[in-house]
Amino acid sequence: MGVVLPTTLDEAVDALAATPDAQLLAGGTDFCVEVNFGLRRPAAVVALRRVRELRHVDVTPGEVVIGAGTTYADLCAGRLRDVLPALSAAARTVGSPQIRNAGTIGGNVATASPAGDTLPLLVALDARVTLCGHEGEREVPIGELLTGVKRTAIAPGEVLVHVAVERPHGPQQFLKVGTRNAMVIAVASAAVVLDLDARRVRVALGSVGPVPVRPRLAEDEISEAIDWVHLRASDAAVARFGELAAQTSSPITDHRSTAEYRRHAVQVIASRGLRRCLADVA
Amino acid sequence: MSPDAGTAGPVTAPGTITGEGSPTAEDAAAPYERVERYELSVNGGVRTVEDAWLGESLLYVLRERLGLPGAKNACEQGECGSCSVLLDGEVVCACCMLAVDAVGSTVVTVEGLTAGGEAGDVQAALLEAGGVQCGFCTPGFVVAIHDLLRRRPDADELEVREALSGNLCRCTGYGRILEAVRRLQEGRARGVG
Amino acid sequence: MASASTTTARRGSGVGESAGRPDGVPKVRGEFAFSSDLWMDEMLWGKTLRSPHASARIVSIDARPALALPGVHAVMTAADVTGRATYGVEVPDQPVFASDVVRFHGEPVAAVAADHPEVARAAARLVEVVYEPVEPVVDPELAVTAAPLHPSGNLFRHVRIRRGDPSATGDVVVEGSYEVGMQDQAFMGPESGLAVPAEDGGVDLYVATQWLHVDRDQIAASLGMPPERVRLYLAGVGGAFGGREDVSLQIHLCLLALRTGRPVKMVYSRDESFFGHVHRHPARMWYRHHANRAGDLVKVEARIVLDGGAYLSSSNAVVSNAAAFAAGPYRVPSAAIDGYAVRTNNPPCGAMRGFGAVQVCFGHEAQMDKLAAALGMDPVDLRLRNALEQFDTLVTGQVLTGATPVRECIRAAMAHPLPPDPTPRDPMMSRPGGAGLTADDGDVRRGTGLAVSFKNIGYSEGFDDYATARVRLEAGVAGEPLATVLVATAEVGQGFVTLAQQIAREELGVADVVLAPAATSDVGSAGSSSASRQTWMSGGAVQLACAGVRRQLLDRSAVRWGCALEALRWEDGAVTRLGSVDRLTLAELLDAGAVEAEHEYHHRPTKALDADGQGDAHLSFMYAAHRAVVDVDPGLGLVRVVQVTTGQDVGRALNPVQVTGQIEGGIAQGVGLAVMEEIVVDGGQVRNPSFTDYLIPTTLDMPDVAATLIEVPEPDAPYGAKGVGEPPAISSGPAVLAAIRDATGLDLRRAPVRPEDIALGVRPA
Repeated sequence: MGVVLPTTLDEAVDALAATPDAQLLAGGTDFCVEVNFGLRRPAAVVALRRVRELRHVDVTPGEVVIGAGTTYADLCAGRLRDVLPALSAAARTVGSPQIRNAGTIGGNVATASPAGDTLPLLVALDARVTLCGHEGEREVPIGELLTGVKRTAIAPGEVLVHVAVERPHGPQQFLKVGTRNAMVIAVASAAVVLDLDARRVRVALGSVGPVPVRPRLAEDEISEAIDWVHLRASDAAVARFGELAAQTSSPITDHRSTAEYRRHAVQVIASRGLRRCLADVA
Repeated sequence: MSPDAGTAGPVTAPGTITGEGSPTAEDAAAPYERVERYELSVNGGVRTVEDAWLGESLLYVLRERLGLPGAKNACEQGECGSCSVLLDGEVVCACCMLAVDAVGSTVVTVEGLTAGGEAGDVQAALLEAGGVQCGFCTPGFVVAIHDLLRRRPDADELEVREALSGNLCRCTGYGRILEAVRRLQEGRARGVG
Repeated sequence: MASASTTTARRGSGVGESAGRPDGVPKVRGEFAFSSDLWMDEMLWGKTLRSPHASARIVSIDARPALALPGVHAVMTAADVTGRATYGVEVPDQPVFASDVVRFHGEPVAAVAADHPEVARAAARLVEVVYEPVEPVVDPELAVTAAPLHPSGNLFRHVRIRRGDPSATGDVVVEGSYEVGMQDQAFMGPESGLAVPAEDGGVDLYVATQWLHVDRDQIAASLGMPPERVRLYLAGVGGAFGGREDVSLQIHLCLLALRTGRPVKMVYSRDESFFGHVHRHPARMWYRHHANRAGDLVKVEARIVLDGGAYLSSSNAVVSNAAAFAAGPYRVPSAAIDGYAVRTNNPPCGAMRGFGAVQVCFGHEAQMDKLAAALGMDPVDLRLRNALEQFDTLVTGQVLTGATPVRECIRAAMAHPLPPDPTPRDPMMSRPGGAGLTADDGDVRRGTGLAVSFKNIGYSEGFDDYATARVRLEAGVAGEPLATVLVATAEVGQGFVTLAQQIAREELGVADVVLAPAATSDVGSAGSSSASRQTWMSGGAVQLACAGVRRQLLDRSAVRWGCALEALRWEDGAVTRLGSVDRLTLAELLDAGAVEAEHEYHHRPTKALDADGQGDAHLSFMYAAHRAVVDVDPGLGLVRVVQVTTGQDVGRALNPVQVTGQIEGGIAQGVGLAVMEEIVVDGGQVRNPSFTDYLIPTTLDMPDVAATLIEVPEPDAPYGAKGVGEPPAISSGPAVLAAIRDATGLDLRRAPVRPEDIALGVRPA
């Protein structure tokens, strides 16, 4: 059969069921590289690019639902820039403009790279991921979906439909460290969200663990330490926040950087992200 | 100018697809999955691809089966922009797309932009400003600059640099290429070219 | 004397004007045939099998499983090499295929030809090679005393320079150790070619290379064939920068084509390209500079160790340069310099733009800054004070007879306006960290640094370097004079094709000049497109051949008029006769048929270095100065290079726009080496053979460049022009490093600077 080019989600799920060894193809920016390098040999492919219902962004007062087929370029443009600015900023750091025109948020989540740029914000916002298989739909918290380096809880036969996040009221920031000023894999990244209603700081760190790291202790302490009326935090509290975030991370040394530097970098960018958030609302 | 200088003499790029370079019938046990036949819309025409491997990228099919070597093969992982083409009007890396996944979309390569003349002033500006050296990245830059100036004719320098940051060049240091973009913007603003 | 010109284009077509490239139109249209674009009926695809080990004994190789795969036409191993088993650009010490041992990660072991690239790749994986891994020798300091990794031993060359008073000491002494990582040429067009079996039993090879004839000789030897049966044609070259000086896939392709009797094409993937060509030598350097209190250099001591990797390549010449230029472009009365190039189980290293001068520039320029600080002097003044002048003597004893505008270069680099200071209103993307948006206004510190360099032009140490050109002048289709230039010069992007046309137009006064395709069968060697030599060498050959054509036309005129040659003048593309109004146009002269002249250009001889490293080893020298301005985020250790200004000694700019292009492109490679480019090798294993992880500058990394061309004609050189390709890549990187040191106060000793070196760096006491 080779390739199936479904135009609806149902067709895609049916095709997967009919061909258990078929591989799902979204934007192709990771998939095709693996094929080009001989690391992946698809016997059959179900390509999702034509499934229009997967490419959408729905903003309601309480929630944002982003279809899996939404490209990074889509995330950089339109309403999302105001609604989820840190997601837009993260999407804008993915690869090159060419890659951002093809790659999708669903692909980023399903590939589950430790350096996946959209993942820290989704984890910080406790995104819920909807999967659809032959048996129907199910929703999985992103923290449970991402199980390891390039490993997810997506079952065979399931298609990633959308990710949904609650709309936090408050500023958010995304910072990414790389050794080049563009088109670079994250050495470390951080998404910081100030949830003014819940009086809660939410943060997740990328490239410093097999999956994005959620430093709960840092969140707890800084959420306590912030003066939520005046939206201020002491320098010591912000520094402590960075330190705790770094302590929670579990980076490795590889050809891109050292564990020591990554730990240092997330401390710096977590603190800077928080400072920017506080400055944004002050 | 003589277009023959520096070219490779008697050996040419492939012509239209004839099947050479792809497995023949006696190689039925070839170690890859075939896609029997599909059609691609390339540069305004419909092109048929037969007997290809499923895993062939759009870049491979354009270059090796359809006789369109303008998109280049520098990294095959979306990290250099040499293979930039327009897919349904958006600039993408042809190496990061399975050719079969382009079925039903319109593909425009540098050859298509050349034949249609749409990128004529981009090409002229690159030559005039000295933005071409070895030329391997050049077709990708032609496509990317054409796309950028169509979308954002007034882009400031930082935006231009960001928009072209996915196109690597190892010869020029980008100076003459960015100069070409500046001249194009001025020229188009004056209604020239 | 010295005239500084800005780089405004002079449009026209003769020498000194910014003529357009003859290959420009096909290149912008995507129609230019690069070596990877070649295609032929019945063509097969080649694929190389490479060693996964840095050091291993090969126990056995079984090609049968690969041959059994449908679509596979041939598998070649060392046993199938029909001629000399080894090759090398200087000395044939590298196996065509490894047979008994592998000496580096990525060494070729076998090559396959199949009817689809995917089949070829699958087949290469099916070749069963049994290895017995051996602990690799990866530390160049230890390699010298380690057991020999090769029958030729582990020390490629020791270059020992001793000059002046060995016991001299200075009032002020500064010492330092420096390191440079392994840089890659990272040309955009991967290695590729097409070999076609010929009817005479020989082979035609279309390939991207820097030197057709030296490739041909190596291929012929390994095929066991006379050189004339191996014909090389230059296919479009997607950049080179030294990385195509050595043979890569050439012999493999020819072997496969001859075995299968079919055309075979091979295109390296990017990772294979990283394994398939040599890199810039990593260097470890120790320096001690002595100066008197006034700031005059008294003595320079240096020890330089270059890791040559598993095979020789051009290590011998690289280390000679590293030693000769170790002190920088300064007057140094006494010197004790030792350069070593050694064999290890790391990837082979050889030629890359700057060729030995780059590594030592990081050392000598850091030392000059250190010395200025110790003396309490301005670093610019210290350099101006010690700058070489014409008729000074180098540490190798060579007297500088050519143009030596070092001070002019420094002053020109410094004279450009500084960029505006950073402000809180700057877009965050324009700060260090770029698109990652990591730096706020208060996180940025600015620094400025200067570095100065020099390097030889052309081949050295007694090598009889030459280039050949043939020029034919005939009546074109409409009777207009048409010149055809035939050279085997490799056009690798540098624009020699443009210069060749400019020279022919200038010399012959004709408008139409066509370049014949470069090939080994039609004309003699042009030498390599490297060492910044082709403008001088091939340019000189074209000029000579044009002069030969003119002489024949004068002869023809003398016969026609029955007068003496002395009475004739060449004027504006016509021949005139003194004391008369007689005039023969080219068209009239060419009625009698075409004229053709071929000439070899040889530069004046150079000499080998003696036991003390003394001798007139070099033809000529190019000088450059670079000032870099950087913004650094010390907290994260990220850098944005804001501006690089330069003064460069070019002799004479024969095509100002092309010179500017060389300068900007060379600076990009220097900036890359300073802040991001390094092949990471760990235990002999290459960790980042991809454009994802071997990073080269993007548009968001490249600084603004302002260049001043210093035009002091070089007495010996055709048109007074020096080479221009290498100097921009030499001191630009060290200037960036100096600027980062200035911004951070850190004693950074290693290039490239890694974020952790800054963010976790220790401030000197």
